[in-house]
Amino acid sequence: MRPSSPLLAPAADSLTGGRTLLRLATAGSVDDGKSTLVGRLLFDTNSVLTDTLDHVELVSRRKGLDRADLALLTDGLRAEREQGITIDVAYRYFATPARKFILADCPGHVQYTRNTVTGSSTADVIVLLVDARKGVVEQTRRHLAVASLLRVPHVVLVVNKIDLVGYSEDVFTAVATDFALLARSLGLLETHCIPVSATEGDNVVTRSHRTPWYDGPTVLGYLENVDDTRLAVGSDFRLPVQHVVRPQLAVTAPWAARAPQVNGDYRGYAGKIESGRVRPGEEVVVLPRSSHAIVEAIDTPDGPLDLAVAGQSVVIRLNSDIDVSRGDIIAATDAPPAPIRGLTATVCWLAERELSAGARVLFQHGTSITKAIVRSIEGTLDLDFEAGTVPCWRPTSSLTLNDIGRVRLSLASPVPIDSYREHRATGAFILVDDADGWTLGAGLAGSTPLAAMTAATPKSESQYPAQQGKPS
Amino acid sequence: MTTTQLRPLTELQALESESIHIIREVAATFASPIMLFSGGKDSVVMLHLAAKAFWPAPIPFGVLHVDTGHNFEEVLQFRDEAVDFYGASLKIASVQDYIDDGRLRERPDGTRNPLQTVPLLDAIAEGRHDAVFGGGRRDEERARAKERVFSMRDEFGQWEPRNQRPELWSLYNGRHLPGEHVRVFPLSNWTELDVWDYIAAEKITVPTIYYAHERQVALRDGMWIAITDVTPARPGEVIEMRSVRYRTVGDMSCTAAVLSNANTVQDVISEVGLSQLTERGATRADDRLSEAAMEDRKREGYF
Repeated sequence: MRPSSPLLAPAADSLTGGRTLLRLATAGSVDDGKSTLVGRLLFDTNSVLTDTLDHVELVSRRKGLDRADLALLTDGLRAEREQGITIDVAYRYFATPARKFILADCPGHVQYTRNTVTGSSTADVIVLLVDARKGVVEQTRRHLAVASLLRVPHVVLVVNKIDLVGYSEDVFTAVATDFALLARSLGLLETHCIPVSATEGDNVVTRSHRTPWYDGPTVLGYLENVDDTRLAVGSDFRLPVQHVVRPQLAVTAPWAARAPQVNGDYRGYAGKIESGRVRPGEEVVVLPRSSHAIVEAIDTPDGPLDLAVAGQSVVIRLNSDIDVSRGDIIAATDAPPAPIRGLTATVCWLAERELSAGARVLFQHGTSITKAIVRSIEGTLDLDFEAGTVPCWRPTSSLTLNDIGRVRLSLASPVPIDSYREHRATGAFILVDDADGWTLGAGLAGSTPLAAMTAATPKSESQYPAQQGKPS
Repeated sequence: MTTTQLRPLTELQALESESIHIIREVAATFASPIMLFSGGKDSVVMLHLAAKAFWPAPIPFGVLHVDTGHNFEEVLQFRDEAVDFYGASLKIASVQDYIDDGRLRERPDGTRNPLQTVPLLDAIAEGRHDAVFGGGRRDEERARAKERVFSMRDEFGQWEPRNQRPELWSLYNGRHLPGEHVRVFPLSNWTELDVWDYIAAEKITVPTIYYAHERQVALRDGMWIAITDVTPARPGEVIEMRSVRYRTVGDMSCTAAVLSNANTVQDVISEVGLSQLTERGATRADDRLSEAAMEDRKREGYF
């Protein structure tokens, strides 16, 4: 049924040709014009098609507006249209010849922590908005603190509504200076500021002649050129094992004729590389048992690889018959994470119910799930910090929705957890309710850049040692 | 090592790996997954990804087609060939059976798409399936833009968009109560163009009706509807022979064709890239029923 069809002209492209993928998250407070900015990005990259636009124009006219309200492009659910609010993180897609973008559109006011944490967890770039007339406000500080906690590699500040301050360079410079100070105090080094009018389209996709004093990139230009090489291959090799591939009978379906043939005693470990890179011949360690082996081959149905990098789903074969099962992590031998049965972590609390000491939860990390007990809650992060200071930990005995807390956990079995600061994937975990399955919290293992800097806070990081071992 | 090997993954590599990761997670953590398979391009891409995810072992779950009884003959034939090609076992839930024995009644407008929900939920319950793969994409429709990759369904198959679990990093949480199930969307982050680029790159066969062909059609509500025995022309409609193709494949009663001369994958990719209409907007009468038509169907347990 395959190549004989005249409809199947040989494809010009292959999987390895073509553009790259960048994930971004937006954040901003109410009325900063975030929906309009997102609408403008979609509109100006021709990602909005006629029927959708007709609909937006119709609704805009119904609301008495004289032109299409681009913010309406991002309304998803009936309740959102009815109440004029955005409820939940929505995912948008647009592309240019250089890159495809996945945009997590995070609402600013309702459950902002939950939404921003969710959007930031996978983001390569966070696009933060402020209103040029208001500058850096409390909400900006909160969003930026979350971006810093979640280790989003790049932050871009969109100084929106620049038209409403007469395209003033002085206003922009003042906001950008405030922002740079804030970013530095939160440990964020790679930031950039862009003067924008999302409504008028200045510097979103096309360069504005009304801001001649600004010579940096447009928002889209910035997103197209952000360096993602480091994201792809930096850091140490980690692969959480999803399942052991031991076919009783190898696949015989016709499609497999295009894949390599395998022996009857095939044994491999399937998973997605979460960080770093790996080559055949390299020594690896399988955690938590800490058995060493050599990578014999990296298999895919498209043929073996001589190098695999972060993001790739592969099957790894090892040179010895060590015990490997789902939930294990195959890691580089250089500085592998120590399997630990207790840790102190930053937990973003995402549920309506409260968390207090003694709670029993499930701890999901990599491809493993283990039972956990909350030993104590050391503090909650006060994000209402003043300009010129950093957030500090305040003592508390429980966490409520949208709190970010320091939590000490005991685990039922040893888990090889990295420090989130170095390994976003294998330093992250979620806490799950054993009874109803709800996702309760998002955890970041090890110290945080915020906590490390809060010398003036009630308790310092050194007072929270991990119980047995400490994330590297 | 060469620098070219150390470049970041391409868009298609990243999407493929993400989907394979999702499919493997489901197979490893659920007791009885099943994959919805209509023979449409999204479902064949999903089946192709499943085959790649488990190689060199066979696909460890079956596929389910909810047949409205008004499907295109070419698509049904393709469905059977594709299932054989990928070595999957096919189960069919038939809307026609439900109509014949009175469990469902034909709608006055003749549209059978909404009728698929009951046979689908029955098949899920009978097979005790705790995970159901669907080919839905977030770019398809505005309610879908907010749906999780792992999307919980209660025992009535309902989706509650305002009460979804947060989904972070690539830590998918599939825990659920007895009677509930999880809909899983491995193609969540794919766009229509990604699907076609992947079909080209992987040389995947799709039903012939996705490519330009001559067909008897009539213009209805601005959409080109095929005129067949089960979807006859309405009074006043002019039957024309036109070169058309389909952008989505579903029930004949509510899936329209677009005028097209694209008869290769590359032609289709060019056409999709230039199209000024969304995939569903151009061709799906069922989405036009109301402003929130898809949201309403999804809440009730639709795909």
